[in-house]
Amino acid sequence: MRRLALNTTGLVVFAIAVFPVLWMVGTAFKPTPEIFSTTPRPVPADPTLSHFAEVLTGDLVPGTPFWQFLVNSSVVAVATVVISALLALLAATAVARHRFRFRTTVLIMLLVVQMVPLEALVIPLFVTMRRLGLLDSLSGLVVTYVGFSLPFAVWMLRTFVAAVPVDLEEAAAIDGAGPWQSFWRILFPLVAPGLVATSIFSFITAWNEFVFALTFMSHQDGYTLPVALSFFFGRDTTDWGAVMAASTLLTLPVVVFFLAVQRRMVGGLVSGAVKG
Amino acid sequence: MTLTPARPPSELRPAGALPRGTVPARRWRRRRVAWAPYLLLTPAGAVLGLLLLWPLVRIAVMSLQEIGLRQLRGAPTRWVGLDNYREILADPFFWRVLANTVGFAVVTVTLTLVAGTLVGLLLNRLGRRMAAFVASGVMLAWAVPSITASIVFRWLFNDTYGIVNWTLDRLPDPLAQLLFGRAEFAGFSWFNSTSTTFAVLVTVVVWQSFPFVAVTVLAGCKTVPTELYEAARIDGASGWRTFWSITLPILRPVFAVLVILSTIWDFKVFTQLYVIAGLAHRDAYMLSLYAYAEAFASPPRFGTGSALAVVLVLILLTVTVGYVRLTLRQEQL
Repeated sequence: MRRLALNTTGLVVFAIAVFPVLWMVGTAFKPTPEIFSTTPRPVPADPTLSHFAEVLTGDLVPGTPFWQFLVNSSVVAVATVVISALLALLAATAVARHRFRFRTTVLIMLLVVQMVPLEALVIPLFVTMRRLGLLDSLSGLVVTYVGFSLPFAVWMLRTFVAAVPVDLEEAAAIDGAGPWQSFWRILFPLVAPGLVATSIFSFITAWNEFVFALTFMSHQDGYTLPVALSFFFGRDTTDWGAVMAASTLLTLPVVVFFLAVQRRMVGGLVSGAVKG
Repeated sequence: MTLTPARPPSELRPAGALPRGTVPARRWRRRRVAWAPYLLLTPAGAVLGLLLLWPLVRIAVMSLQEIGLRQLRGAPTRWVGLDNYREILADPFFWRVLANTVGFAVVTVTLTLVAGTLVGLLLNRLGRRMAAFVASGVMLAWAVPSITASIVFRWLFNDTYGIVNWTLDRLPDPLAQLLFGRAEFAGFSWFNSTSTTFAVLVTVVVWQSFPFVAVTVLAGCKTVPTELYEAARIDGASGWRTFWSITLPILRPVFAVLVILSTIWDFKVFTQLYVIAGLAHRDAYMLSLYAYAEAFASPPRFGTGSALAVVLVLILLTVTVGYVRLTLRQEQL
């Protein structure tokens, strides 16, 4: 009886959590008359791909094809992932492998900058990027997102680096490996799983980011997917089928990646509080 | 952290511990102690300095200046001292925005923590497979980007075709009257008045953020020794009593971190507000959107925008100090 009550509550929680997503996907597949019906149906009676076709071939933003936004978002996300993973690995090695004078200071700074309200930095970063000539360019966004994803990536990676036994590196050094060889041949392969996890996190940060992409990109050819979606939504609030189809396309990669990484993410974020 | 072994720094190991005759290795080891960590930290440090710390300095400086179109085009900046702050503090609208921000954060943090904790405790009680199933659904809610979550909720709360109005309209009239103060929901517009707009906004943000709390509480529950619960059961303690006397005290540090992180996140909500309320709905402004709207209005007013952003930063800085102190107490760096 008790078991039954618990399981029922569990199912209710599950339903509340997934309902908006299911409704989004459901609407995206509904033909227009079904969307604009005063008796909503949970499952499309007559599923159609027409809204997806409309999004993929038509103009979310007049004059720019959909694939342009997809390319922009992908380029920015991938570049962010690569650069941020590399910088994070170097920094994580420093704090996990070396004892040096300002080590504690560096770690405290890492915690503090994670808490910097990025939304409040739009104004000075806009001015700085403008001066550097990086407005309206994807590289400006990449630099920004690397900065945003880096603190968390370092914080998370340092535990992976610390988990690699120092003995392995010492053995390599005794066998005559230099620092670089030891880094690439020993450390790098062993922290690869950690790198994957942090990379997915950086990908999600870059893929989802909205405020800075909105501010930095004044020309529509430079819009990332979230900005294009918000533009489309603002222009045509009544075409719910296409809006939901575009939202589904934007959400899909994040959901896949997120489900892959969530376990580690939680570990990294609450490591300060939860001790095993 | 579980993964970090408490290992004495290898550099401090007596030289005799290394096999004799490995001069190259020892020389490398000594060299890397000196400058290697700084070299490794330089690229990340440069990026973080340029993107996070320098803008913090800049925004403080800019809040003391008047920066309009002419200054952006290269005219010399004009120092105005604390005029920007005086101007915003004297404006009743600022106090309204501040009240919105604080009120929203208090309501949202409370609801998120209560909902998240309940779900976390539930997950802890469920059987293994059921817990995995429910957790996967909760994760899905967490994964949805803010921009799509906001747009989807605009659709759910649509006046004529939204599923929410349809459902509320089917509630028994006395119940709806009791809960929401109205029985008729067909065509009810949620986005016309500030209070109902905030109701939707709180719903979105709570829906997006309760999973993090739930998963964290669940992780915390796993660390509580089961003997304690068994002892409580033998002593005949109720579930409620067990929570207050065992779970809560042991998880106090977890909850402290959760409160602080949620507060920081909810204070700076931007995307959801931008989509749900929009730039035109000034009465629903919060600090983040207000600063943005000031700075990027036409003509742009970067000075007052910066002053508003500084207010936001100062509030969050206070909270951050608490977070850092807690983390430092918990974790061996």
